[in-house]
Amino acid sequence: MPIKVLVAKPGLDGHDRGAKVLARSLRDAGMEVVYTGLHQTPEMIVNAAIQEDVDVVGVSILSGAHMTVFPKIMELLKEREVDDIVVLGGGVIQEDDIPKLKAIGVREVFNGEASTQELIDGIERIVREYGRDRARREAAASR
Amino acid sequence: MITHRVHRDLARAISGVENGIVELPAALAALAAQGHRANGKRGAILGITGPPGAGKSTLVDRLIEGFRAEGESVAVIAVDPSSPFTQGAVLGDRVRMQRHAGDPEVYIRSMASRNAGGGLAPATRDAVRLAEAAGFDVIIVETVGVGQVELEIVAVADLIVVVTVPALGDGVQAIKAGLTEIADIFVVNMADRPGANRTAIDLKHMVRESHREIPVLQTIAQDGTGVSELLTAIVAKRGDEDSNAVRAVRFEVVRRVRDRAVAQALAALQSPDAAAVLERLRGHEITRNDAIDAVLRILVGAVHAH
Amino acid sequence: MQTSEKTLADELREWEHGTLQPFTARRPESREVFRTLSGTALERLYTPGHVTDVDYVRDLGFPGQFPYTRGPYPTMYRAQPWTMRQIAGFGTADDTNARFRYLISQGQTGISTDFDMPTLMGYDSDDPRSEGEVGREGVAIDTVDDMLDLYAGIDLEQISVSMTINPSAWILLAMYLVTAEERGFDWKKLSGTIQNDIIKEYVSQKEWVYPPRPAMRIVRDTITFSAQHLPRYNPVNVSGYHTREAGSTAIQEVAFTLAAGIAYVEEVVRAGIDVDDFAPRLSFFFVSQIDFLEEVAKFRAARRVWARVMKERFGAQKPESMRLRFHCQTAGASCTAREPLNNIARTAIEALAAVCGGAQSLHTNGYDEALSIPSEPAMKIALRTQQIIAEEVGVRGTIDPLAGSYAIERLTADIEQGCFDYFAEIDKRGGVVKCLEDNYFQMELADAAYDFHRRKDRGELHFVGVTKYRDDSPNPAVELHHVDEAAAKRQLDRLAKTKAKRDQAAVQRALDEVVRVAKTDQNLMPATIAAVKARATGGEIINALRPVLGTYVETPVF
Repeated sequence: MPIKVLVAKPGLDGHDRGAKVLARSLRDAGMEVVYTGLHQTPEMIVNAAIQEDVDVVGVSILSGAHMTVFPKIMELLKEREVDDIVVLGGGVIQEDDIPKLKAIGVREVFNGEASTQELIDGIERIVREYGRDRARREAAASR
Repeated sequence: MITHRVHRDLARAISGVENGIVELPAALAALAAQGHRANGKRGAILGITGPPGAGKSTLVDRLIEGFRAEGESVAVIAVDPSSPFTQGAVLGDRVRMQRHAGDPEVYIRSMASRNAGGGLAPATRDAVRLAEAAGFDVIIVETVGVGQVELEIVAVADLIVVVTVPALGDGVQAIKAGLTEIADIFVVNMADRPGANRTAIDLKHMVRESHREIPVLQTIAQDGTGVSELLTAIVAKRGDEDSNAVRAVRFEVVRRVRDRAVAQALAALQSPDAAAVLERLRGHEITRNDAIDAVLRILVGAVHAH
Repeated sequence: MQTSEKTLADELREWEHGTLQPFTARRPESREVFRTLSGTALERLYTPGHVTDVDYVRDLGFPGQFPYTRGPYPTMYRAQPWTMRQIAGFGTADDTNARFRYLISQGQTGISTDFDMPTLMGYDSDDPRSEGEVGREGVAIDTVDDMLDLYAGIDLEQISVSMTINPSAWILLAMYLVTAEERGFDWKKLSGTIQNDIIKEYVSQKEWVYPPRPAMRIVRDTITFSAQHLPRYNPVNVSGYHTREAGSTAIQEVAFTLAAGIAYVEEVVRAGIDVDDFAPRLSFFFVSQIDFLEEVAKFRAARRVWARVMKERFGAQKPESMRLRFHCQTAGASCTAREPLNNIARTAIEALAAVCGGAQSLHTNGYDEALSIPSEPAMKIALRTQQIIAEEVGVRGTIDPLAGSYAIERLTADIEQGCFDYFAEIDKRGGVVKCLEDNYFQMELADAAYDFHRRKDRGELHFVGVTKYRDDSPNPAVELHHVDEAAAKRQLDRLAKTKAKRDQAAVQRALDEVVRVAKTDQNLMPATIAAVKARATGGEIINALRPVLGTYVETPVF
C-alpha cells in the first residue's frame, strides 16, 4: 500500500524547487504524491488533505510566515476532527521556532539540508509510528 | 447539501476500497450508517479522457463551474499514471481545479492508476459508486488516454467525452483506435490554435463512418469559450441514460468473458495435448496457423468439459 | 597563441604518454571526470588546440565595442567600480528607508528594493490573502504615500534606484514617477530599474497575476513609455537569477534569459517602435554561482550572444542596442544554513567571479541568506566584501583579466553555442510565448533541478559543512534580522489613513479609466500614473483589471 503524501505550498511565496524535487523523489521511492500547487491558503491545504485522505501533509514554506500558517492548519484539522494525518514542515524555518511548532502538533521539521534518503526514511518511519492505522480504522468503519 | 463530514467519510471510504481493506458493499453500508444518502436521482457519471496535454483538467474546472451554476454538487476522480518502475506517482490535476477548493459542494480526489491497463485505477469504479452514495449529483472521472482505447471508462461512465487538441501530430490517429466506439462527445480543445477546424473535420469524418451520433465541439477551456455548448450537449446526452447503461453492461459482460477466455486459454496451454501441438510446430511438422487452430480446438473442448 | 598546432598535438601526446600516464599509474586521479556545477565536463588541461575556433578580433574584440565579450564599456572599472547595490526591504517604508540610509553611509552606491509578498503579488496589506506576510519578506507598499516615505531624503536624480517587482511593476513605476514629481525631481534625470520581467515568472520566480499574453502587453507599455519619457531608466531587468536558483544549468540561465529578451524586443518592435529607440535601455540580471570558471565564462558568453542577436536578428544599428549590461547577485542557493559564516567565503568567490565577468552592479549575499532576510551586520560584511575586491584585490586595473585563458575561452564559446542551440529549438517550437504556454522551459528546468539533486545525493557535488566535513556540533548561532511583528499593524494603519484622506470618487473614476484603457491597445502608463496619484492602491488597480486581463493558473511539471 503506497504512502500517500500531500506536498503543500502555503502563502504567496513562489519558491517551489524544493517541493517539486521532493515530489519527484518521493514518487521515485514508490509514494503517491498529491501536489497542491502554489498560493494555497490553510483551508485549501486542509481540504485537499481530507479529500485525498493522505498519510502525511508536507508543508514547504520559505517565507518566514510559518508561525501563522501552521497554527491555522493544525486548528482546521482539529475542527474537522482529523487526528490521524501527520503534518511535517520543511523549508526555511528558524531553529528557535521548531519546538513551538512541535508543541502544536507538527510532527517533525526538516530543514533544507536533509538528504533525500533522510526525508524518505523519515516519512516512512513517521507513518509507521504515528500515522494512520488504516486497516484497523477502515475495518472498523465497515462494521 | 454536502458537508465537510461527507468529504472526510467519503475520502476514507475510497481509501478503504483503493487499498483493498474493505469491499464496496461494506464501504457503501458504512456511508449509509454514517448518515449519508444518495440524493435520490442517480448521479450523472461523466468520463473525460484524451491524450496528455489536451487541457482536460482545465476543461473539468470549467465543467465544475457550469454544474455548480445549476446548483449541482460535483465529485471529481482524477486518475494519473503510476510509474511503471517505482509504482509511485505525482498527482497534479487538482491544481488546475483549485478555485473550487473552498466549495464544500465540490470534492476532488486524485488516484494513481496503479498500473491497471487502460489507464483507470481498479478502484475507480468503486470510488464513483461511493461518491454517488455520498450524495453528489455529478461525478466526473478524468483519465489520460494514451492512444489506446480507454475501455475501462465505459464500464464506469454513463457519458464519455474525448478531448483532443489541434495539430497534436498523431492526435487524430490516437483517437482513431476504437474511441468512436465509446465516445459520446468529441471536443477539440485549445481551439484558438491553428489546425482546430481541420481536426474537427477529421473527427466528423470518423464519426460519419461509425454510424453513431457524436457531436464534435470546439472549446478554449482556458477562457471558457465553447463550454456552455459542451454542457448543453452533455445534458442532452444525459437523457440517453438507458442506452448508455445497456452499453456499459454489454461491455462489462464482454470484458469478463474475454478475461475468462484468456485465463482458460492459458490453462489449456499447460495440457499435454497442447504441449504436443507446440512440439510439432517446433519441428516444422505443422504451420503456425494449424497450431493455433489445434490449440483452439483443445480450448473449446476444455470449455465444453466445464 | 603562436605555437604550431601540429607540433602542439605531438607535444601533448608525448606529455600524456611520457609524463601523465606514468604518474597516474602510481597516483591515480581522484575522479575520471570533473564537472562544472552545471554538469559540463572539464578537460584535464586546456591548450591552444582547444580554442582554434576562437578568433580574437571576431570573438573577443575590445571592451565597449561589438561583440562586447570583454565588457560593455571601454574603461570598465578603471573609471569607477561597479555599483554596489545591496538589496533591502522589510517592514514599513520608514523601516526600509532607514536601512537604505545605513547602507549608503557605509559606502553603497545604488539602491535596491525588496518588496513583501503581498506587494509582489498585487495584494494590498488589508487583503485576506496578505495575512501573516505584510512587511515580512520585504517592504509593504500599498500607495504612493508609502513610496514617498520609502525614498525620503534620497536624491533620486543622483542615486539609481532598482525595484525588484514584476507583475505589479508598472504600478510601482507609476508610484515612483509620482514620487519623483511630488518631490521635484526631473523624470529625465531618474536612473534605475524595475525588474519587470514577467516571462521568467511563469518559468521560475512564480509571481504572477495575469496570463502571459496580457502580461507581455503591460511590459511592452512600460518599455515604450520609458523610451519616450525616461531616457536614463531601464524599464526591464531581464533575469536569469531566479531560473538558475530554481535549478537550471548555466546555459539555460543565459539562453532562457536572452530568449525572454528576444521576446520583449519582438513585442515592442511589433508595436511599431524602432529597436534602436528602446534596446539600449534593456538591462539584465544574472546570478553569480560558486563555480568560478563557469560563471566568468557565462557572463562573457551572455554579452557576445546578445550582441550577435541584436545585430543579426534585429538589425540594430546603435552600438548601445547591442551592448548587454547586467546586475548580478551572488547565489542564494549556494549558501548553507549550517555553519553560516562559511557563506562569507562563498559570497566572496562569487563576487570575484562577477567582477572578473564584468558586472555593472552587484549585490553580495549576507552570511544569513539561507536563514532569513539580511541583517545589518551581514549586509555590512557583504558590502565590505565588495569593497575589498574593489580596493585590495587588483582586478579593477585591467579589463577582462581572464580573457585568453584557454579554459575560459573554451567555456565561453561552448556556453554561447548552447544558447544558439536553445534559440533554434525555441523557434522550432513556435517562439518564447508558445514555449511558455507549452511548459517547455518549465520542463527543462524541472529536469535540470532533479538532475542536480541526484548528483548531490550521489556525492558528485558537495556543500562543505553539510554533505562533507560535517561536524555535528550545534550550529553556530548568528544574530538574525528581527522581524517586527508590529509592522503589519502599522502598515494597516497607514493604509487606512490614506484611504480615509483620499477623494474616493476620483479614485473610482481613475480606476475606471485604467480599465477602459486596458481594453484598448493604448499605453497603460498614463492612466496608471493618474490612478496612483489619486491614491488608488496597487491591489485596487490589479483587481480592477482581473476581469479584463484574466487570471493565470499554472500546470505544474516535475
